[in-house]
Amino acid sequence: MLAAACAPNIKKSSADNSPEQMLLRENPVSGDKVSLLGFGCMRWPMIKDADGKDIIDQEAVNQMVDYAIENGINYFDTSPVYLQGQSEKAAGIALSRHPREKYFIATKLSNFGDQSPEGSIQMYHNSFKQLQTDYFDYYLLHSIGRGGKDAFNKRYINNGLWEFLKGEKAAGRIRNLGFSFHGSPEEFKYFMEEYDAGRLVWDFVQIEMNYVDWTHADGVRNANADFLYAELEKRNIPIVIMEPLLGGRLAKIPENIAIQMKAREPEKSVASWAFRFCGTYPGVLCILSGMTSMDPLMENVQTFSHFQPLTEEELEFLEQMATQMMEYPLINCTNCKYCMPCPWGIDIPGIFHHYNKAITEGTYAQSSAQKNYAKLKKQYLVSYDRAIPTVRQADHCINCGECLSHCPQSIEIPGQLRRIARYIEDLKQDLLD
Amino acid sequence: MDMLKKVRVALACLFWIGITLLFLDFTGTLHTYLGWMAKVQALPALLALNVGVIVGLVLLTLVFGRVYCSVICPLGVFQDAVSHIGTLKDKKPYKYHKEMKWLRYGVWVLFVAALIAGFNAFVAILAPYSAYGRMVQSLLQPIYIWGNNLLAWISERAGGYTFYSKEVWFRSVSTIIVAGITLIVIVGISLKGGRAYCNSVCPVGTTLSFFSRFAMFRPVIDNSKCKHCKACELHCKAHCISIKDGSSQIDYSRCVDCFNCLEKCKFGALEYKYAWKKDSSPAAQNDKGRRAFMSGVGMAIGAAALNSIEARAQKAVTKMDGGFADVLPKQAPQRTIPITPPGSINAKHFHQHCTACQLCVAACPNNVLRPSARPEHFMQPEMSFEKGWCRPECTKCSQVCPSSAIREISREEKTEYHLGTSRVNLETCLSASGTTHCGKCAQICPTGAIHMVINEESGNRYPVVVEEICIGCGACEFYCPVRPISAITINGRFQHV
Repeated sequence: MLAAACAPNIKKSSADNSPEQMLLRENPVSGDKVSLLGFGCMRWPMIKDADGKDIIDQEAVNQMVDYAIENGINYFDTSPVYLQGQSEKAAGIALSRHPREKYFIATKLSNFGDQSPEGSIQMYHNSFKQLQTDYFDYYLLHSIGRGGKDAFNKRYINNGLWEFLKGEKAAGRIRNLGFSFHGSPEEFKYFMEEYDAGRLVWDFVQIEMNYVDWTHADGVRNANADFLYAELEKRNIPIVIMEPLLGGRLAKIPENIAIQMKAREPEKSVASWAFRFCGTYPGVLCILSGMTSMDPLMENVQTFSHFQPLTEEELEFLEQMATQMMEYPLINCTNCKYCMPCPWGIDIPGIFHHYNKAITEGTYAQSSAQKNYAKLKKQYLVSYDRAIPTVRQADHCINCGECLSHCPQSIEIPGQLRRIARYIEDLKQDLLD
Repeated sequence: MDMLKKVRVALACLFWIGITLLFLDFTGTLHTYLGWMAKVQALPALLALNVGVIVGLVLLTLVFGRVYCSVICPLGVFQDAVSHIGTLKDKKPYKYHKEMKWLRYGVWVLFVAALIAGFNAFVAILAPYSAYGRMVQSLLQPIYIWGNNLLAWISERAGGYTFYSKEVWFRSVSTIIVAGITLIVIVGISLKGGRAYCNSVCPVGTTLSFFSRFAMFRPVIDNSKCKHCKACELHCKAHCISIKDGSSQIDYSRCVDCFNCLEKCKFGALEYKYAWKKDSSPAAQNDKGRRAFMSGVGMAIGAAALNSIEARAQKAVTKMDGGFADVLPKQAPQRTIPITPPGSINAKHFHQHCTACQLCVAACPNNVLRPSARPEHFMQPEMSFEKGWCRPECTKCSQVCPSSAIREISREEKTEYHLGTSRVNLETCLSASGTTHCGKCAQICPTGAIHMVINEESGNRYPVVVEEICIGCGACEFYCPVRPISAITINGRFQHV
C-alpha cells in the first residue's frame, strides 16, 4: 500500500506501520519505536491569570496530550526556557497522567544565560522535578552551532558539562544524548568531524527542515536542510525535525501559491504538504509540530495516520513553490520568541507577524498612486495599532542589538525593524512612490 | 409669527450641533466642512483680524439685531436648551428686569483691559465660544471617544476598519476643573434665568449690544393692538420686555432675537419689522491687539517631575523565552519656555491671540497639544511629547484655529518653523553612560540635527544637537528609551521663524 506511493529513489523505511495508524519509525541506535509526528511543547496556549500574568492553559494542554497519546503520538519535546519557563512543568503535569512507558520525553540543557557548571547542573536536575520523571529518553544540548567550536567549548566542554552528561547517560538517567542545531554549514561540519573522530558521539540530532529551508535557507548563516540531512543520514544518525512548517508560515502561504497546491490535491491541506515532505525522507525519525490547539492536532494526526510520502515529481513541484515563495519580501521569523523579552519592550515577533501577514495577504499599500491606496493605508495603520501597542512598535527599537545573539534564524532584527518602521513612516507621510 | 422662530431655532440647532461636533471629532474630518463655524465666532474673528467676519457680524447685528447670540454662539444656544428644560413646567418663567449697567459695562471694561494688558486667563474664561469649547473638549469628548472605542472594539471583531481606537487621557486637571465650574455656573444661571449671563456678564454680548440698539429689524410692539396680557414679557428670556400701561418697551440692547415673544402674542401686537427712523451707523470697533505681556508674575512651573535614571536594560541571568518587558509611561520634563504649536509664529503673537477654546487640543491627532497649567498662559495649549511627536505631515492645529493664534501653514512651511531646541542630559543618556548601545535620537531625527560623537576618554558615544537645524518636533524626546523622563528633551523658543 505504502510502497506504491514511494518514488524509486526514496528508500522506504522498514518500520512503517499500516497506514491506518500513527506512523512509527524505528530508532536505529536505541530501537525506540517513535511516532513520526512528535509534539513540540513550545507553542502551547497561554492565558492570563488573576494578576494578568501569562500562564499556560493547563486544561487545554491536558486535553491535547490525552488525545495525542490516545492516537499514537509518543514523543514530546520541551525545554526549561520555553513559554517563559513554564513548558516543562505543564508537560510534566499532562504526561504524568499516563503510564511512563507510553511516551518519550525530550528536553534540553538550555544554559544560554548562565553557563557555569553549577547553574547548568541545577537546571538539569530541575528538569527532572518539573517533568516528574527520573530519566530522559532524549536529552539535547540546546541550539548549538553559532559561534562554532569556541562557543561550544565554552558552554559544554571547558566547564565539564559534556563529561557530566556522559556520566548521566552511563547511569541510565539519559537514554539518548544529542543536540539541536542552528548555524552555518561550516559550523555543522565541525560537529560531524568530532563525531567521526569519536570525540563527540551523538545519539541523534535535531535540525530545522522543511521544503523552503531544503535549499532556500539563508545559506551563509543558516545551512540548507538538504546538506544537514545528507550529513546525518550517511552516518545513520537519527534525525528529529523542527520547524516543519517554518514557524507556521507554511500553513498560511501566499494565496496564489496555495491555489496551485489545491489545484493538485483539493482534498489535502496546505500544511499537510509540508509534513509529507519531511516524512518522505526515511532518515527522519520524528517531526515536531508545536500544536497550539485541538484543530491542528487532529488534522496532523490524520495526516500522519494516513501517511502518503511525496513522489519525485511532487518534490519538484514543492521546490517550485518554495522558489515562488522567495519572491515575497517576507521576514523569516518563526515566532519562537527566543528574542523576547526585548529589554526595551518591543514586540518583535508581533511586528514581524503583522508585516508578513500583510505581505502574504497582499493588503499592504505599495504606491500612493495605487487605486485603493487610502483604504489600504488606513487598514494597515489601524490593524498595526490594534496588533501592537504604540510603545512596542518597530519605530521604538533603539538598535541595542541584545536580540541578535538569540535568534535561531539569524534574522538581522534591528535592521528588519528599521525597514518596517521606514515603510510605516513613508505610509504616514504619503511618501510611497 | 412662529414661522420665524422655527427658522431661527433650526439654524441655531445646526450651528450648535456643528460646533459641538468640531470639538468632539478627533479624526479632524469635519473641519473641512464645518470649520468655518468656528471661524465666524466673534472673539476669535476679532483676534484673527478677520475683517470679513468682523464687518459681517457688525452688519448682521446692525441689520437684524443680536441674532448672533441666538443662532451662532454655541454658549447661547446651550443656555437656551438649559432654560427650556428648566422652565418646562413654568407658566410664567420670566419677568422684566432692569439692565444691570454696572455689572455689564464693568465686566466689559475689565475684559477689554485684560485683552490689552494680556491677562489671558481672564479673557479665556469669559469668552463665550471658548468657554463652551472647553466644556465640550474637557468633559464631553472623553465620553465621545469612549463611545467611539466601543464601536472600534466591535469593528475590530467584525473585521472592519471604520472605527479605530483613540486613547482617552486627561490632559490638565486645572482646565477640567475650570470647565466643570463653568458648566455648573452657566447651568445654574440659565436653568431659571434664561439669558441673564448673556446680558450681564458676556463681553461679546455687551459689544454686540452697542449695535443692536440701532438694529434695522427688531421685534416691535404695536401699542394699538397690545392688550397688556404680558405673555411676551413673561416669556422673554432676556428679561428685556416691559409691559406697562401706556409704555410697553423692549430694551434692544438686551434683546437676543429669540422670537419667543412673537410666538406667544395672541393678539398680533408683536412683529419683527423694519424699525429705523434716523440713524448713524457707528464705525466698527477694532481692537488693535494687545501689548506684550512681560512676565514678572512668579512663574510657578507646574508639575515638575523629578529626573530619575531608569535603567531599562534587564540582563536576566537565566533568560526565559517570551513575555514583555514593562514599559514605564513617560513624564513631561520641566520646560522653562513652553513650546507653542507650529504656526503660532512667536510666543507674543500666540499668547495674545489664543482664547484657550481647546479646538486645536481636540483636533491634535498625536496627543501632543494640551492646555497649560502655567498661570500666565492658563489653559492656552502647549506641546509635550510623552505620547507622540509633532509629525511632519500634520498641520491640523493650524487648520482649525479660529483666532489665528496658530496661523494656517502648509506642510512645507512647517519645516521652517523652529518650535524649540533639544538638549541632551548626559547623565541619564544610556549611550553616554555606557549602559547600552543606543543612538535612537540621532537615528530618528527627521532633520538630521543630532549626531553621535565619541567621548575619547570613556569610549562611549553620546548625542550632540546642531541647534540651527533642530526644529523642536519632539521625535527625539518621544523615542528616547529613558523613562520616565527622556534623556533628550526640548525647550520652547520665543520666536519660531
